[in-house]
Amino acid sequence: MRVRRLLTTLLVWAGLAALQCQAEPLSAPLPVDEVAPGVFVHIGAIALMRKDNDGGIGNLGFVVGNDAVAVIDSGGSVREGRRLRAAIRARTDTPIRYVINTHGHPDHVFGNAAFVADGATFVGHHRLPAALKLRGPYYLEAFRRLLGDELIDEVRIIPPTLLVDQTMTLDLGGRKLTLAAWPVAHSDCDLTVFDETTATLFAGDLSFVTHIPVIDGSLKGLLAVLEQLDKIPAQRLVPGHGPVAEPHQAFAAQRRYLQTLSNDTRAMIARGAKLSEAADTAAASERPRWQMFDDYNARNATAAYSEIEWE
Amino acid sequence: MLANRLLSLIAGVAMLQGAASAARADAPAPYDPWPSLQQEIFKGRAMQDGNGVLAIEMPGRAEDAAIVPVTLRLKLPPGDARKVSAITLVIDQNPSPLAARFELGRDAGVSEISTRVRVNSYTDVHAIAELSDGQLYMVKTFVKASGGCSVPAAKDAVEARNNLGQIRFRQFAKAGDGHSSGAREAQIMIGHPNNSGLQMDQLTRAYTPAFFVNEMQVWLDDAPVLSMEGGISISENPNFQFSYVPTGGKQFRIEAKDTEGHVFQGEWKAETSGM
Ligand SMILES: [Zn+2]
Repeated sequence: MRVRRLLTTLLVWAGLAALQCQAEPLSAPLPVDEVAPGVFVHIGAIALMRKDNDGGIGNLGFVVGNDAVAVIDSGGSVREGRRLRAAIRARTDTPIRYVINTHGHPDHVFGNAAFVADGATFVGHHRLPAALKLRGPYYLEAFRRLLGDELIDEVRIIPPTLLVDQTMTLDLGGRKLTLAAWPVAHSDCDLTVFDETTATLFAGDLSFVTHIPVIDGSLKGLLAVLEQLDKIPAQRLVPGHGPVAEPHQAFAAQRRYLQTLSNDTRAMIARGAKLSEAADTAAASERPRWQMFDDYNARNATAAYSEIEWE
Repeated sequence: MLANRLLSLIAGVAMLQGAASAARADAPAPYDPWPSLQQEIFKGRAMQDGNGVLAIEMPGRAEDAAIVPVTLRLKLPPGDARKVSAITLVIDQNPSPLAARFELGRDAGVSEISTRVRVNSYTDVHAIAELSDGQLYMVKTFVKASGGCSVPAAKDAVEARNNLGQIRFRQFAKAGDGHSSGAREAQIMIGHPNNSGLQMDQLTRAYTPAFFVNEMQVWLDDAPVLSMEGGISISENPNFQFSYVPTGGKQFRIEAKDTEGHVFQGEWKAETSGM
């Protein structure tokens, strides 16, 4: 009898698979947690984008309203985007109306193409289209080496058409998302998403938890924006990388790192230390506190140095 | 003259790169440009192993391909009466490989020069010292970086414009052996986009024309300390740090020019080691 049930299950699966094969390749749903009612999060790997992780290093999420689902970041490859879509479809039939990109880095936008067939509207910072136009071709070329032809060939750079100048509200039916566009900080096109119903803040890469923060915009700008983010009455924080966290603690830890980097770099510049020395030693005291420190700290220090030396 | 040579190098290597990009991205570079660069830049003059004469320091993997630090350190043994008169920096795989040529003041005691360069792909970087007897000595290193010449310019374009043409000059006691040798260090910062001509404008999608600092000279009173002729491989906001031995000169004078003929200059009182 058990065998029979198993067989039936297999048949159903096979049938489903056959059906899905006609429409699209079958994708295993990405593991997601419901961190608050109707708010789902996939925590990306703490790693660099690689072929064997499908480029899946960024946190992805979706929020389900009565009328619409909003996706928050689409993943580091179309394959990961499809798996995110499968995770959504495993939980709700509500149409996917919005794909919000928190900024333009590959691990957050390379999955966009997986949602084109849904007719979703792509949403982003008013500077995101320019950023993607400018850097998109360079990303595709540079990440081919890391992700391989198979993953990169199907990536399409899809810019947002619904642009956020300062703030904007998206009504998903029975719940509202508040989107805010920020000045140059982690990047030049950072956008946050706040679910008013559950007080959940998706901060994109303005926030990192356990994973070392990364600067591709402005150290001073990022410190200033973090101060503002800390004032949002959020009960939980979904960072761009790392686990869901209590907002104040997470922001405090990140500000401590950035402030240490800033102080160390400023002191080195004052005594005439070269850029290469800053890259090797700035913020070394923070090494034990962060994962991926050796992958990003020198880069952060380089950015900090070239910003602070012109003060 | 240098400008002509630069132009021909730009044109020549741009074609090579077009051919290379048709090949697989992860395949090793099939072509070593060094022999032809050596011919082009040095007219095929013989070069000796430079390991006893100078060192080139660059990170093996660049953190930011648009700002890769490079230090050239001279280490001619004390018994050698010759002096280094010039150092040429060549980034083989860059669209404009001849990054910079530095001439050293005869009595300035320059023993170290640091700057920052763009690196466009995995490449050998050569440094060639020319000695007072005319001999050439070469060292090289290998750097992993990519996209340095086409990475979009300043993240904050407004701030970049405010810095245009500013020269800042800073002086330090030299770290390490400086105390005993009396050597000091100076740093020159020039606010300039140093557009490579390979970067795309955010709004127009047109390539921003090449526009860069191509000449710089430093004097202490009337004695030349250091001069530079450079190309688009020097990073945005060109930055030069060098050591020198004070000769009692009172006033530093710096003059830089860019490819549109702008002249940037300034004078600074020479600080002494006692300060
Ligand atoms: Zn990012």
